[in-house]
Amino acid sequence: MRKMQKGLFYLIWVTDRNPIIFQKASLVLPLLRYICRSFTRSSALLTRTHINYGVRGDVAVIRINSPNSKVNTLSQELHSEFMEVMNEVWSSSQIRSAVLISTKPGCFIAGADLNMLNSCTTSQEVTQISQEAQKMFEKLEKSTKPVVAAINGSCLGGGLELAISCQYRIATKDKKTVLGSPEVLLGILPGAGATQRLPKMVGRPAAFDMMLTGRGIRADRAKKMGLVDQLVEPLGPGVKPPEERTIEYLEEVAITFAKGLADKKITPKRDKGLVEKLTSYALSIPFVRQQIYKKVEEKVRKQTKGLYPAPLKIIDVVKTGIEQGSTAGYLSESQTFGELAMTKESKALMGLYRGQTQCKKNKFGAPQKEVKQLAVVGAGLMGAGIAQVSVDKGLQTILKDTTLPALGRGQQQVFKGLNDKVKKKTLTSFERDAMFSNLIGQLDYRGFEKADMVIEAVFEDLNLKHRVLKEAEAVIPDHCVFASNTSALPIGEIATVSKRPEKVIGMHYFSPVDKMQLLEIITTEKTSKDTTASAVDVGLRQGKVIIVVKDGPGFYTTRCLTPMMSEVIRILQEGVGPKNLDSLTTSFGFPVGAATLVDEGGVDVAKHVAENLGKMFGERFAGGSLEVLMQMISKGFLGRKSGKGFYIYQEGVKNKNLNSDMDSILASLKMPSQPDVSSDEDIQYRLVTRFVNEAILCLQEGVLATPAEGDIGAVFGLGFPPCLGGPFHFVDLYGAQKIVDRLRKYETAYEKQFTPCQLLVDHANNPNKKFYQ
Amino acid sequence: MNQNFRMISLLTYTLKNLPNTSKWALRFCMRPLSSSSQLQAAAASQTKSKKTLAKPNIRNIVVVDGVRTPFLLSGTSYKDLMPHDLARAALSGLLHRTSVPKDVVDYIIFGTVIQEVKTSNVAREAALGAGFSDKTPAHTVTMACISSNQAMTTAVGLIASGQCDVVVAGGVELMSDIPIRHSRKMRKMMLDLNKAKTLAQRLSIISKFRLNFLSPELPAVSEFSTSETMGHSADRLAAAFAISREEQDEYALRSHSLAKKAQDEGLLSDVVPFKVPGRDTVTQDNGIRPSSLDQMAKLKPAFIKPYGTVTAANSSFLTDGASAVLIMAEEKALAMGYKPKAYLRDFMYVSQDPKDQLLLGPTYATPKVLEKAGLTMNDIDVFEFHEAFSGQILANLKAMDSDWFAQNYMGRKAKVGLPPLEKFNNWGGSLSLGHPFGATGCRLVMAAANRLRKEGGQYGLVAACAAGGQGHAMIVEAYPK
Repeated sequence: MRKMQKGLFYLIWVTDRNPIIFQKASLVLPLLRYICRSFTRSSALLTRTHINYGVRGDVAVIRINSPNSKVNTLSQELHSEFMEVMNEVWSSSQIRSAVLISTKPGCFIAGADLNMLNSCTTSQEVTQISQEAQKMFEKLEKSTKPVVAAINGSCLGGGLELAISCQYRIATKDKKTVLGSPEVLLGILPGAGATQRLPKMVGRPAAFDMMLTGRGIRADRAKKMGLVDQLVEPLGPGVKPPEERTIEYLEEVAITFAKGLADKKITPKRDKGLVEKLTSYALSIPFVRQQIYKKVEEKVRKQTKGLYPAPLKIIDVVKTGIEQGSTAGYLSESQTFGELAMTKESKALMGLYRGQTQCKKNKFGAPQKEVKQLAVVGAGLMGAGIAQVSVDKGLQTILKDTTLPALGRGQQQVFKGLNDKVKKKTLTSFERDAMFSNLIGQLDYRGFEKADMVIEAVFEDLNLKHRVLKEAEAVIPDHCVFASNTSALPIGEIATVSKRPEKVIGMHYFSPVDKMQLLEIITTEKTSKDTTASAVDVGLRQGKVIIVVKDGPGFYTTRCLTPMMSEVIRILQEGVGPKNLDSLTTSFGFPVGAATLVDEGGVDVAKHVAENLGKMFGERFAGGSLEVLMQMISKGFLGRKSGKGFYIYQEGVKNKNLNSDMDSILASLKMPSQPDVSSDEDIQYRLVTRFVNEAILCLQEGVLATPAEGDIGAVFGLGFPPCLGGPFHFVDLYGAQKIVDRLRKYETAYEKQFTPCQLLVDHANNPNKKFYQ
Repeated sequence: MNQNFRMISLLTYTLKNLPNTSKWALRFCMRPLSSSSQLQAAAASQTKSKKTLAKPNIRNIVVVDGVRTPFLLSGTSYKDLMPHDLARAALSGLLHRTSVPKDVVDYIIFGTVIQEVKTSNVAREAALGAGFSDKTPAHTVTMACISSNQAMTTAVGLIASGQCDVVVAGGVELMSDIPIRHSRKMRKMMLDLNKAKTLAQRLSIISKFRLNFLSPELPAVSEFSTSETMGHSADRLAAAFAISREEQDEYALRSHSLAKKAQDEGLLSDVVPFKVPGRDTVTQDNGIRPSSLDQMAKLKPAFIKPYGTVTAANSSFLTDGASAVLIMAEEKALAMGYKPKAYLRDFMYVSQDPKDQLLLGPTYATPKVLEKAGLTMNDIDVFEFHEAFSGQILANLKAMDSDWFAQNYMGRKAKVGLPPLEKFNNWGGSLSLGHPFGATGCRLVMAAANRLRKEGGQYGLVAACAAGGQGHAMIVEAYPK
């Protein structure tokens, strides 16, 4: 079943060129960090805590550094201190220009303070916040004394809006320097003028791209787009530590430009290229503009399926500004900002981000011994994927398999994964080579005596896993952790043959490992806390979002997915075609249709899991008959990997066709459909409620420690619709009672499979009870 | 009081010795006051009776003499030559200067960086052309800007291990012509065509031809590992060490002024005239051009635009040239009746991060080689450092004078200290004399040896940085008169 998640990219929406993969949107992480930061009000009014400024010659250097935080955020405090300082700058006759810089390493301003938004209860309050920011930035934009934004590190959301209100921008060409408008990923829009300024600055196509995808833009690209005016190279060691000196250098360069601007030796205007000139000419024709809006809207509609309101609103607001002038544009921006902040979608997405932040921390503390040498047993799709995300973080990794061809295939997968990044220019070929040299491929257990952790990723067969564990334990040192990558085999059973079960743990990766952010870590009752800490630590270093769950059949993720899959088969048996079912699931917000999901994951895997978990959980997991999957397997319809499943897959053919041979299988196993519970909506809810009910049962039984982990696991591992925020957010936002009502309705038709669990019933009985307070 | 007195004496000392560059010297002399190098200035004028660096059971190795062709700006008088022509000129010059019988030479080693593909073992081609015995083996080494240092130390190794007694080491670079290749696609097509047997096969290969196959491939000017050009890295290095454009221009001016002075006074005795076929005889370096700070200030930055600090005026220029030295076991030289110029003593190769510390080789190599030889900065009478860029030299000087840098990046307890400027590259350097990559090392050693003779010191320290983040240093000891 672990392979079932292949190809599940959590598309919130995609543009032609670049799919936005929810879990890859690492740029939002900084945005998230401060969500948890409590918003404290400064007691001292006269001393500034976020900003200090000094004057160098006739240039005011305004330095931002919010106290007690890794990032600067546009809070109300920072806002008012900045205003104060700017007023002093504007009124001082000595000052002719200003430089705005952050002295915090790796962060200019990471965005607006989300707590400020979360504490608002009405859209009017949010609109008010937006309007205040708009006013401040407008004043800044109209400043007669040039202001240079010197950007090092993340410049996101409100930070970008501030930067583009300045007269000039200089950014360090550092990997950490990322500019972007990620608001859309939180279900809102840039509410401090970016919808109006960005299109003018970088052109409409690029502005739409930035605001609709939330994509982070690296400094060199930002320079090409005209988003920044100059680049500064990061410095190495010299008279000071590199980071410190780089910021100082950036400031020195920015001061020179500030002076140049004040002396009119430099003009902030940029020469536009021919393409840009032609584009802007074309866009001056109203008809062309209308066509473009229409095109963009169509695309967004198709990709969001109407589930995410923010993107369409962003287009609207931009359009208003262009067609009706900036006053109308700013008004529309602030009002829409207020509206969006109050939507369920926005609350769900913000909640997910909060969860993601929590799952990026190691609550088990630092392990006693940091893993330096990793060994992966099994060079298949999963093993090679695990190796890839390890070596590219500098972890020494042994990749072991039993045959040279199998090992070679795994090594090639790692190389290809790295080489694709070279093609995308996110790595240099030299960096690739250095990373690849962290990988040692071999056929024996040589070097395992120095391993700090072994992750086995061999076939899902208990006997084989037992053999690998015993072979490894004969070689590995005492402190070495043994982790099993499995999607359904209980870790406790694997550990039965272990000499040291406290060192055995489950690490359930999702395929493709280098794209899927989730890692499900499974602890048995015997697993020691330090073993867990070590596994979480390795997972975090591999860049994963981590949930830690208790051992049990199917753990959390596979267990939630299985009843839903059982329902998928039943729905197909009831006569709903795979294509129809796919569109019903995707239009509910799942990134991949349910039938396609079976094909992608592999029919054999699905059968294996359904059979095993079916035995364990009995009637609750019943629904469709296993016979469907068994007949498919006997005919060789294993899904994408065999070329045929519900669909036919051909190399190079984009549109997949239905596999007509499935008709006879489904016809022979046809089940009567029950009209009361077979409307499109019912079908969608039959799938989702079974998933949600099982997820809540996992929390009730203690498999899950927190609802947040349940939501993150469901969205990042299984493709639960992000707009719903995961099963727990879904229950909170849409009402437990409504969901229980649905379940009861289906229960009458299908009995125990839809019986709501006690915890869900408790929530329905007490509307004040929420999973998230 | 004491400090003040020292400062005054220091100032007058340097001002007297460096009349052309007083402003720069003044600035530089102020800085070391707080450091240990204040003592070094005093030591410099003292006479010495230092120990020799001879080691028991290891042969003493001497450099009998060394020569070089005049170093010329690329694209001038040498532009129609091939590298082995230049190398041959250096070899002939060495033969002429030392009158060493050709058949006594056991081995020949040359350094070069950009290889002419026709003469990839340029040492052998040049040696044959220069009339050396065809029984004398020759090989070519490459190690970026320290290629001829590598040639010399390879010679030292051969002699010290008793394999040879007499070795000629040298280096050559001809930047007027560089191998520009067809693109990989074109090369592949041409190779396939070669193998094709039938007309049909040939036609099918030719049909795959695309116009972009014709775009040529230039030899990399940037680091392979980081894709950054050296000038760019130098600019970042200067910024990291907070070195201003003015300081860099002043240093470059000093280099040119000192080189001009040395040239005028005839101190550059390693230069041998070269009759270029079809042209006039070249007798001296042509890149020495003392300018004014105002003129230099007008230049635009060459790498980091528009605000960088490294310009054409404060960088070494593309140069054509060759050099060669005659290295022997001391007893062999004496037996042949030579009066050697210097001993080649301890040497050291270092390497570090090719991105951010590309040009800091001298900083890393200097303390190590001093330690190895049991010397301190005070013992050194003559410094000859390769000047790739003004910014690079000044960054190295600052790094050598920084306890923070020594502790945090070099794993040392304390800084090695600042070389006194009055002993530093007194006859000009790569900035002014030119820098034919493969040939500079021998020039540095000969400059150190000749200066020791002229100025009466005992120890010279040669140091250089090289692409790839590598570096080298060597102690040259004056041969007793």
